[in-house]
Amino acid sequence: MDFGDFLLKNLRQFWELTGFANAEWGNIIMLLVGLFFIWLAIKKNFEPMLLVPIGFGILIGNVPFNTEAGLEVGIYEQGSVLNILYNGVSAGWYPPLIFLGIGAMTDFSALIANPKLMLIGAAAQFGIFGAYMVALAIGFAPDQAGAIAIIGGADGPTAIFLSSKLAPNLMGAIAVSAYSYMALVPVIQPPLMRLFTTKKERLIKMKPARAVSQNEKIIFPIVGMLLTCFVVPSGLPLLGMLFFGNLLRECGVTTRLAKTASNALTDIVTILLGMTVGASTQASQFLTPQTIFIFFLGFMAFVIASSSGVLFVKIFNLLLPKDKKINPLIGNAGVSAVPMSARISNNLGLEYDPSNYLLMHAMGPNVAGVIGSAVAAGVLLGFLA
Amino acid sequence: MLVAAMACCAGMVGQTRSALRINEVMVENTPEGIADEYGAHHGWIELFNANFAPIEISSIYLTNDSTKPTLYPVPLGDVNTRMPKRQHVIFFADGEPNKGTFHTNFVLDPTRDNWIGIYDADGRTLIDEVVVPAGIKAGQSWARTADGAGEWAIRTGGADDYITPSSANVINDTNHKIQDFAERDANGFGMTVMAMCIVFSALLVLCLCFYGIGKISSLLSRRNKARAHGNETSDLAEIREVGHDTGEEIAAIVMALNQHLYAHDDESTILTIKKMKRAYSPWSSKIYNLREVPQRPVRR
Repeated sequence: MDFGDFLLKNLRQFWELTGFANAEWGNIIMLLVGLFFIWLAIKKNFEPMLLVPIGFGILIGNVPFNTEAGLEVGIYEQGSVLNILYNGVSAGWYPPLIFLGIGAMTDFSALIANPKLMLIGAAAQFGIFGAYMVALAIGFAPDQAGAIAIIGGADGPTAIFLSSKLAPNLMGAIAVSAYSYMALVPVIQPPLMRLFTTKKERLIKMKPARAVSQNEKIIFPIVGMLLTCFVVPSGLPLLGMLFFGNLLRECGVTTRLAKTASNALTDIVTILLGMTVGASTQASQFLTPQTIFIFFLGFMAFVIASSSGVLFVKIFNLLLPKDKKINPLIGNAGVSAVPMSARISNNLGLEYDPSNYLLMHAMGPNVAGVIGSAVAAGVLLGFLA
Repeated sequence: MLVAAMACCAGMVGQTRSALRINEVMVENTPEGIADEYGAHHGWIELFNANFAPIEISSIYLTNDSTKPTLYPVPLGDVNTRMPKRQHVIFFADGEPNKGTFHTNFVLDPTRDNWIGIYDADGRTLIDEVVVPAGIKAGQSWARTADGAGEWAIRTGGADDYITPSSANVINDTNHKIQDFAERDANGFGMTVMAMCIVFSALLVLCLCFYGIGKISSLLSRRNKARAHGNETSDLAEIREVGHDTGEEIAAIVMALNQHLYAHDDESTILTIKKMKRAYSPWSSKIYNLREVPQRPVRR
């Protein structure tokens, strides 16, 4: 073999390792999806903190390479850097860390001041179990149906946590679906809220919430964790961390820890979680008919969850005295897309009465939704794991 | 408190070696049975890690003589003595410990009852024990009905009572919970009813709890407020009259105070130019060449 052949042989081998030689249509489609997510985040400002890492993760995960070359670069190749980072998703320890941050960021005052709003957060979980029934009807097995249905909780970390336990093979699609619909909450919810409410109901003005003492705020995470976790111990990783984060925030003596949990830690884990979830959507794993069903079921779950929250408030109002009626526009906030769905309640309320600020009232069911979806995840895990 | 906690937890099995269990024993092996790495067929003892975490079993003791609890120490330095969660390991009772870690220095006798015990590293704490009755035929085992739990029974090696050295005593080829839901709750209605009841109950209990806490808190705050007003009465009716300040009232008071204390026409801000020194360093010089991180203007 002369030197020219030697060069040609090596160049040919190198070509076989490149993305151009290994590209398939699936990769190209997924790259376009990734670019679309990044466009949505930057241009449309849809959940940029999530969609930028996920979108770029999709690009990373779908750069084609020769999987038989043993380069240890793919997310599913044991020992690769991406695989090590992905362990936080596959073993389910990123979501509880995110919940720690959510707890440290969340002010539960609105809920403590008006505890009956917790029931709206519970009612919205119908979305999860409605989608569970539809998923079973389509032909998914109960564990897969449970993992898909949790999208209705509108809570990305919870969806990732549960799907990593019940249906790891569907996790990429479930996570992307959950975050996509969370970003689309401003599009999905308002028409449903208008559909299920009358003009008179939309004008209901709720009494301002009472002031909540510091002691109540400190007691809430302790009692909340103990009560909910005694009922559903399988929700311990999520609920424990959520309430722990909240105690750090409210106790007043761990300000530094609360700041770290709500800022630096949450940011770090969000980056890693978003990027690895995105990268896990390799075309070969992601582009299946099941993914289409998952996106359909995710949409169903969001619709049912938002509608059931609003309808529950209407029914609940029948039992309440006239001066304590709840504006059904805060029913949609029972899904735990914090604080987006509460903001939607507020915006829609202002549309019909510019002096009717519903934000603080809507934050009650909104944070109750976080607790409710974590409890629902614990229930599904307990029944199906 | 610590003593009380220890007393209460005395019967609990933690994530430690105390969860190690003797799971299955074959006193007399046959050529059809499992062979060791030398191809020999000796009696064996299967241990099971009932923990949901790995445990290290080196330095524990296996014995068939209750007067000699430290008869066979499991050797140190073998990676295979780290048992993964809910996994099994077998020791061949061949009386030839030089063959390897998993070969004991005692043998089992099929003509009499065989007592087998495992002791913790201190040589005193008995972790688990079993008496294998005499009369079990060659090729049959004495096994628990479920891994790490349940009654002991003879396994003959038939289709229903199979012998399972180094694997689960009950082989699960399906997830029974999921199978059960798939068969009995095919449309998911049962799951929906149960799960929603649990979710509602959890949040309802929390709701009622915070109604109570809220009431007590309001009462205490009114009482404190009444005291602050110089009213030392404990009469609740009077305390109720004091009531809460509304948000509007508080806002009005704050605005009035602000107006009173800080209202002025001349701003006190002073503009000045301050020279900044930037000492050169080869490690930091690059930063002067970088532009700021771009930020999108916020659209309202």
